[in-house]
Amino acid sequence: MAVREQVVPSAQAKAATKPKPRTNLGAIGRYIAVIVVLFIALAPFYWTAITSVKIDSEINGSPTLYPHSFTTNSYSQAFLSVQPAFARDLLNSTIVAISTTILALIFGSICAYAIARTKFRGKAGVLAIILSVQMFPLIALVGPLFVFFTSPSFNVYNTYVALIIPYLVIALPVTVYFLTSFFRDLPPDLEEAALVDGTTRLGALWRIVLPLTAPGVFTTAILSFITVWNDFLFGLTLTEDYHAQTVTVAIPLFNGEHQIAFGEVSAAAIIVTIPLVIMVLFLQRRIVSGLTAGAVKG
Amino acid sequence: MATTTQAAVLPTKRRLGLRERLDLGNGVFPYFLVAPTIIIIALVAVYPILDSIRLSLLDNPLVPAGTAFVGLRNYLQTIGDPAFRSSIGITIVFSVVSVALETLVGFGVALLMNQVFPGRGLVRTAILIPFAFPTIVSGQIWFLMFNAQNGILTYLMQKAHLLALGDSLLRTPSGLVTAAIIIDVWKTTPFMALLLLAGLQVIPSEIYEAAGVDGSNRWQSFWTITFPLLRSALLIALMFRLLDALRAFDLFYILTGGGREIQTIALYSYANMFQGTTLDFAPGVAAAVILFIICAVVGIVIVSATRLSQN
Repeated sequence: MAVREQVVPSAQAKAATKPKPRTNLGAIGRYIAVIVVLFIALAPFYWTAITSVKIDSEINGSPTLYPHSFTTNSYSQAFLSVQPAFARDLLNSTIVAISTTILALIFGSICAYAIARTKFRGKAGVLAIILSVQMFPLIALVGPLFVFFTSPSFNVYNTYVALIIPYLVIALPVTVYFLTSFFRDLPPDLEEAALVDGTTRLGALWRIVLPLTAPGVFTTAILSFITVWNDFLFGLTLTEDYHAQTVTVAIPLFNGEHQIAFGEVSAAAIIVTIPLVIMVLFLQRRIVSGLTAGAVKG
Repeated sequence: MATTTQAAVLPTKRRLGLRERLDLGNGVFPYFLVAPTIIIIALVAVYPILDSIRLSLLDNPLVPAGTAFVGLRNYLQTIGDPAFRSSIGITIVFSVVSVALETLVGFGVALLMNQVFPGRGLVRTAILIPFAFPTIVSGQIWFLMFNAQNGILTYLMQKAHLLALGDSLLRTPSGLVTAAIIIDVWKTTPFMALLLLAGLQVIPSEIYEAAGVDGSNRWQSFWTITFPLLRSALLIALMFRLLDALRAFDLFYILTGGGREIQTIALYSYANMFQGTTLDFAPGVAAAVILFIICAVVGIVIVSATRLSQN
């Protein structure tokens, strides 16, 4: 957080010392760059959004920059879709992502607490193992997990359990990384006072650290949720039908062999991302500070 | 920063806190706290990797009679397969080109966002949106835009005579790789930009001011100050992106409808494990192990490079 405090004043000072004429010229170039960046970042999302509300004849006609027609048909078609069972897949993704996030927060918070607040031999190694898992090529886990989950002794293939187990592995690194960063930002004084008063370490974590870092914990939960929600490979290989199939697996199934229903496909894409976009917009400042604080320290 | 000042002012209080922590360090308590996470990772990530190696050495692990040890046969079969060799080429071209472009564009965006201007928060928010999308959905919306049937980008490229009428970027292998690179750059440049921005923001402005007094221009101060000080942030960002690009799967799956035209190594491995006969399973696992080894080597090389640059 030293980052934030330091940067704003110094950058302002820098801008203030710049000679005037050059600033004006630079400002024009900068605004052109800003507009280009905004356009490229947002245009595909805008295009998908307007396609999802256009009627078919407009979609199939020459392109229009804003919708001349408006319909919610594509959304109802997507929701009522049977193959893939889109509504059920949405429910599956939600259940699996929430369950995984809760478990990852439980295990991850005590792990992050140990890393942020205690000294022990091998801490750097523990952190390295946890973070390197984030970069594993997950395809190398899929074969053995498939064999194990379809074996008669542990037959969980095509259930929520088959997804929650591998999802823990992708959610835990995110959880530990962000919680460690948020816990480190909390001054240790309050906890030390509580420890003097006879509270246990876990009691201090539960009653002091977690409530005081609640916004950070919430951000971490959202990031864990997004990480799990966005998975495709495990969903594709460890489920086979609506019983556990996730919503990202449903997305490519909307593309038929020949004719693509543009409106319906666009509506499905919007439905899957709108919750994520809202969460990210809401928490962007915290996400950026958590992401960058760790990167600078590491 | 606050702690160092505190230590100077109140040395006794600081020392007590430290000793308290060192005392804790002698106990086994921290190990209990990290144990659940480490056990889960050992069971669900490390063990399956080792098991992948075992499965890749078996005859046909999906049938009860196929557990005979066949040595490197599956590896020889995989390496001998032209489709696998082409998947290596595609994976490398995709990874190198997209990560290079992301670094350049990300650097530009980071330098832009490091300046103070009204609307800076808006830019930061806007570039986070592609970042939050599931890759499969980013792939899908660009797939629609690149589509021959009705895609807006195909329409524009045909108008601009970049494509013949009725043609689309998704028709040829090189067009598909190009499309994948464009989408990947769009989606992951924000990540690069934010990590580089974090690196930029910890460079004290006094250094630039001193350089300005000494008469260096902006270009000189970029190469003599910004770039060297940013090197380790850059290497970390490069490692994350490169390892992510090497395992690319979702994007190529959606663009090719399951890997029919071209495959990355991960997609080749998947297709063998899940779309072929049971006989293709073990060679598919072998391909996944090869990918793991490639990623491990790249990771180790970059980590060592980071260590070297820090010393």
